[in-house]
Amino acid sequence: MAGLSFDNYRRNKSLEASGVLPPKTTSTGTTIVGCKFNGGVILSADTRATAGMVVADKNCLKLHRLAPNIWCAGAGTASDNDKVTELESSQLEIHSQWTGRAPRVVTALTHLKQHLFKYQGHVGAYLIIAGVDVTGSHLFSLHAHGSTDVGPYLALGSGSMAALSVLESKWKEDLTKEEAMELCSEAIMAGVFNDLASGSNVDLCVIEKGKPSRLHRGYKQPNQRLQKQRNYNFDIGTTSYFEAGSEVFYISKQSDLETSAMEVDQVS
Amino acid sequence: MSNPSEINGGSAVAMIGKDCVAIACDLRLGLQSVTVSGDFEKIFQYGGNFVAFTGLATDVQTVSTELRQKHALYEMVEERSMEPNTAAHLVSSMLYSRRFAPWFVGPLVAGINSTTGEPYVCSFDSIGSMDVSHDFVVTGTATNQLYGMAESLYEKDMSPEQLFETISQTLLCAADRDAITGSGGLVYVIEKNGKVTKKLLKSRQD
Repeated sequence: MAGLSFDNYRRNKSLEASGVLPPKTTSTGTTIVGCKFNGGVILSADTRATAGMVVADKNCLKLHRLAPNIWCAGAGTASDNDKVTELESSQLEIHSQWTGRAPRVVTALTHLKQHLFKYQGHVGAYLIIAGVDVTGSHLFSLHAHGSTDVGPYLALGSGSMAALSVLESKWKEDLTKEEAMELCSEAIMAGVFNDLASGSNVDLCVIEKGKPSRLHRGYKQPNQRLQKQRNYNFDIGTTSYFEAGSEVFYISKQSDLETSAMEVDQVS
Repeated sequence: MSNPSEINGGSAVAMIGKDCVAIACDLRLGLQSVTVSGDFEKIFQYGGNFVAFTGLATDVQTVSTELRQKHALYEMVEERSMEPNTAAHLVSSMLYSRRFAPWFVGPLVAGINSTTGEPYVCSFDSIGSMDVSHDFVVTGTATNQLYGMAESLYEKDMSPEQLFETISQTLLCAADRDAITGSGGLVYVIEKNGKVTKKLLKSRQD
């Protein structure tokens, strides 16, 4: 990151001293899991984003592509997950162009953990990283402080206990792809229905050796909104407005640079 | 004064219709419970993109001006107009660049993609997390009320006229249940052919 700006830090700190609370940020209070199978690895996530107790996004995507063969699922602060994975996917692309090789999962892992450790947990990204590379298939988890874990199945986020209850009781060695997909989606569903901060749909990504990765967006959709029985369609003209102060204008397709005056020019 | 986003008050909402989008905001500027102004517009136009900023008024003005500069520079360097999704990513980067000392704003972006004709709405938190929606987005101190209204009033594929009524009633009714949102409303309806209808709503002044 080309340097984060701390310009507002002192101002915000002094506001905080006068009893100001920091604003609520969107958090992916989440259930995410990863699971290995005999031909590759699977990642799965729910799709709820929350801001406090409000559902901010009913169908957000928590599976991020770091490279064609490496994906990750994110829990924690939404913007940190988005930006840290966006940054890492750029860096991996540059790295693989430079080396002329497909990137390795450990490269992504090491790079991300060094970034997160540097920020001492303040960048709130909790990730499960999965992928296949020349050394085989891999599954890792990464906490915001920089610690990492390895395992045949992993879960993270506020719904991780619910998900692990499924994984711990049903996981076995040498799962087939179909069995692993079913296991992962069942683990996410446990989070969706038992953890309040997780919900909506199940997204799932299958990464197999020698095959293109496949993202199943909305793999399970157990919480579709029912058709409303009646509608509130207001008659046209219901809302009253001032004729003066209202206007109709057109935006040109390409903005005309010659005629668009700068703000300073408009000040008489 | 416990939350910088709730000192000045104000809310905004954006909705997608059939080949059109609408974005609306209230006009109040207050200092806690004291209303200072009733013509504080929170929607800013950047070419074909309409961006609403709610939150701390000083930051609303600073960020909207900074975005004006970045938008102008983009159009000069790229020699083309900026698409709504580009504007959204620009807003997102601007906010995330201040990750650890944020602007206290909650922006919305609304517009129609000039090549695909797809309507686009997107909301953000104060540190740039994007929420691209296929129906509606809300922000501001009346967020809860707006969610309630929009979730019940919204229908798919509304005409520009119907969309105006729905977004206006969503805003007006939500503002009635938030003490620091109101003092007038402003609605922009943007159509695929580039037609923009701006309407100043009649509303309660308490």
